[in-house]
Amino acid sequence: MSELSVNHLLGIKYLKREDINLIFETADHFKEVINRPIKKVPSLRDVTIANLFFENSTRTKLSFELAEKRLSADVINFSASQSSVKKGETLIDTVNNILSMKVDMVVMRHPNPGAGVFLSNHVKASIINAGDGAHEHPTQALLDSYSIREKLGEVAGKKVVIVGDILHSRVALSNIFALQLQGAEVMVCGPKTLLPKHIASLGVKVETNLRKALEWCDVANMLRVQNERMDISYFPSTREYAQQFQLNKNLLESLDKEITIMHPGPINRGVEITSDVADSGQAIILDQVENGVAVRMAVIYLLASKIKQ
Amino acid sequence: MSQKVLLSAKEINIILHRLACQLIENHLDFKDTVLIGIQPRGVRVAERLKSILETDYHIKEVKLGYLDITFFRDDFRRGEKPLEANKTRIDFLVEGKKVVFIDDVLYTGRSIRAALTAIQSFGRPEEIELLTLIDRRFSRHLPIQPDYRGRQVDAINEEKVKVTWKEQEGEDTVFLVNK
Repeated sequence: MSELSVNHLLGIKYLKREDINLIFETADHFKEVINRPIKKVPSLRDVTIANLFFENSTRTKLSFELAEKRLSADVINFSASQSSVKKGETLIDTVNNILSMKVDMVVMRHPNPGAGVFLSNHVKASIINAGDGAHEHPTQALLDSYSIREKLGEVAGKKVVIVGDILHSRVALSNIFALQLQGAEVMVCGPKTLLPKHIASLGVKVETNLRKALEWCDVANMLRVQNERMDISYFPSTREYAQQFQLNKNLLESLDKEITIMHPGPINRGVEITSDVADSGQAIILDQVENGVAVRMAVIYLLASKIKQ
Repeated sequence: MSQKVLLSAKEINIILHRLACQLIENHLDFKDTVLIGIQPRGVRVAERLKSILETDYHIKEVKLGYLDITFFRDDFRRGEKPLEANKTRIDFLVEGKKVVFIDDVLYTGRSIRAALTAIQSFGRPEEIELLTLIDRRFSRHLPIQPDYRGRQVDAINEEKVKVTWKEQEGEDTVFLVNK
């Protein structure tokens, strides 16, 4: 297969396994490109991409922007805080105005789940979902799987535990879909209050004891507690959360095997993970960031090749 | 579809030896020279030349790299089929080196145009030459000509020149295929 089965990347749940394979094979080529002395290719020189961020982001936005520029696309950036959205403009109007300036592709982060799907039904452009509320964050899940594949050879058959605030996490949901699609086993682990009620119906194991979860897994993906999304108290205190769900050196060394540590960032050092673990050789957190650019280049390249001239 | 043999295995071997000698004439010990096989089909020619230079003419260590030009092509989104990439493997800098591009068939010249851009990602070469096994005359879209050519072929646009190799297809042959 040399073409994606979709015209937009709205979520992992719309992808097939072959799509993921194609994205990874293409990302392998781009990873080689971004390690050259000159890290740029001219493929997308006639493509214009708008990055619409209705919610704050540092790493994802930088990573997308860099991926676009490495492919020689023209890039325009938009943040909700400095825009007419504040004056009452609707999403479709905002985007159609931008598309009138001859934009071919939109990368969007939005606080509302389903914003990407909604947009793809109403405007003529390729849409890449860069996170929609607590729903999906497909490129993060792709780069996580890509990093596992790079570190452990393949994703199929691996045991991955996602630890922390599953309830508010789009990274968790996209990761569950992506890992299962590639034949990995998935477990979620966290305080009961931060595990969605029917999460087991997705076919994942559920565990509330971090030690047991770590003893089971090959890879631990540590999530941040998303305080900004919490309207009520889900646990008594940060200190108590850390006591039960923090990955620290003692815990890691007490395991009888070496597991791979991941984190989508931003890290709250000393809460979900301690500094010595985050900076240890078992952590592939910075590889994830490097792979993020290559994977996003692959997604953009493959979607752009489907835009008809 | 009909096809006729343009070059047999024996003829290809003789031509490759001649090309190797012509390379030696210009590059002597290959100290500052690197061979770059253009992916996908130029790689085989480049590997053969490297092996002839090293085994038959005792040149020590000819540097060889593979260059994929997919992301540098000028027909992205223009063709029916999406472009598929191959591996680029250049483990050295080409800065200040004499580069020889090697491909199997030179047709419109567009691949070589793309390769000229692509190689710049690896530094600024001292000079770039082009070697092709087959040169299809009168079919160039760009002002690009080979410095070393195996055989000139006159073929009309409906025809295709196909090169097969022992390692891949079982036999060294150059065919003229009528589509």
